[in-house]
Amino acid sequence: MSDVDHVRPEFRILPDPSMESGAFWAGGADGQLLIHHCNACGKFFHPPAPACFRCRSTDVGPQPVSGRATVATYTINRHQWFPGFPPPYVLAYVELAEQPDVRLTTNIVGCAVEDVHIGQEVEVMFEQWDDVWLPLFTPVAP
Amino acid sequence: MSWLDGAAVISGIGQSQVGRRLGRSGLDLTVEACLRAIADAGLTPDDIDGVATYPGGRADAGFSGAGANELHDALGLRTRWHLGSPEIAGQLGPTFDAAMAVTNGLANHVVSFRSVWESSAQHGGSRAAMYQTAERADKMREWTAPFGAPSAANWIAPYAQRYMYEFGLTREQLGQIALTCRANAAGNPDAIYRQPLEMEDYLAARMISEPLCLLDCDVPCDGAVAVIVSRREATAGLANPPVTIEAVGAALYQRHTWDQRIDLTTMAAHDSAAAMYESTSIAPGDVDFMELYDGFSYLTLQWIEALGFCEHGAAGTYLEGGERIALSGERPLNTQGGQLSGGRLHGLGYLHEACLQLWRRGGARQIPKDIEIAAVGAGGGPVAGCMLVSLID
Repeated sequence: MSDVDHVRPEFRILPDPSMESGAFWAGGADGQLLIHHCNACGKFFHPPAPACFRCRSTDVGPQPVSGRATVATYTINRHQWFPGFPPPYVLAYVELAEQPDVRLTTNIVGCAVEDVHIGQEVEVMFEQWDDVWLPLFTPVAP
Repeated sequence: MSWLDGAAVISGIGQSQVGRRLGRSGLDLTVEACLRAIADAGLTPDDIDGVATYPGGRADAGFSGAGANELHDALGLRTRWHLGSPEIAGQLGPTFDAAMAVTNGLANHVVSFRSVWESSAQHGGSRAAMYQTAERADKMREWTAPFGAPSAANWIAPYAQRYMYEFGLTREQLGQIALTCRANAAGNPDAIYRQPLEMEDYLAARMISEPLCLLDCDVPCDGAVAVIVSRREATAGLANPPVTIEAVGAALYQRHTWDQRIDLTTMAAHDSAAAMYESTSIAPGDVDFMELYDGFSYLTLQWIEALGFCEHGAAGTYLEGGERIALSGERPLNTQGGQLSGGRLHGLGYLHEACLQLWRRGGARQIPKDIEIAAVGAGGGPVAGCMLVSLID
């Protein structure tokens, strides 16, 4: 039900990619959502870090995922925090299809804010700002 | 009795002038609160041999009115132990550390304070500047600010939404926290908002981040609160009967993040409360009143549940109608008006109020029934610390 065109805000605070998070923010250049993966225990985790918080292996690195996710919960932000980024907009915690206990904080775009709901199936899209690609999510067409 | 073994007590409390844009410096207010607490205990600054504060002097403008070093220098203290830290078990963390310090003989009398200058700082535009900066976001902000989520309201609202979805919590039920705080603030001459608040006002208030409206968010203020944490053996002849720190909870059993907690209907409050009860024979049913963090109303709901005053998922029913948590109810809540109406003193105000009530100095807001044990909790998301304090004849 992506029935509303996504309009970029005029302003966003951009992330400062770190040694660990660089791949996550750059993956969109190739249309890829890159999530840190542990090669020892086989699990994904987020945010990216130099060790797996589960098994403490340091054999970890970014790996592409499908970009499909489910809205775990959300909020319609109604307050204007930034000039150039007018409300309303939806902030959501989404759970990755590959492993639901990995969540991203993101925006749900491409639909009316009132249409966002818990359990909604969404997929990634990228909004490029300079050298970073922000992964946003949009409802999956039925 | 917990590992604390009753050795750590609170011997005095103090609060500065509290208000919006007072035209006084953060350190000035901090000194006022600390001198009042020291005098309240029947001590002098020369008796103080420890300092403990959150978050310390190195914080964004207004988030900290003064740090441990500034207070130390301003009062010419001669300390054996001090601490100023943001990375502890919430805003009550320095008080826990002070309890450890006096229990272990590092100090006899620690002044533990929290100082805020947010009203002046926000008026001066520093908060807006922080939000609108062209600088890039790193550390925790790296994962929130780019998506237009600079405020804790944005991080907490999704938790409230999920709780509503799972358990049918209504806005009317959540609104009882704001209404109860406002009703209690009428009896607190230092509270920021004292005019009556009705449910229809609450429901009509401007939305900030759904389902949290403006009245679910606390009010920034300038002010400082201090308590004196003393070694029990050092309190003979002092002014107040010592309030015993019975138990503290400082646990964090999951990752220190806002969005990765496995169960989105709990918070670190549940970890801290569970750890606290494991260390004491006091049970939830023994607690007479509660002073629980309301930086955002939903956090109070979480503390009520975490501390075992209702079953998981049943907080809405517990709050229904507001009778249970009223000043005359079975377990009064935030008797000074909380931070929602009293002002965002950020954590330590709850402990100040618990002691004030136990010493029956509440005046118009004094809990009418006999009280012996208070639960105090502060923090939200991955930040949490709680304690049980008592005054038992």
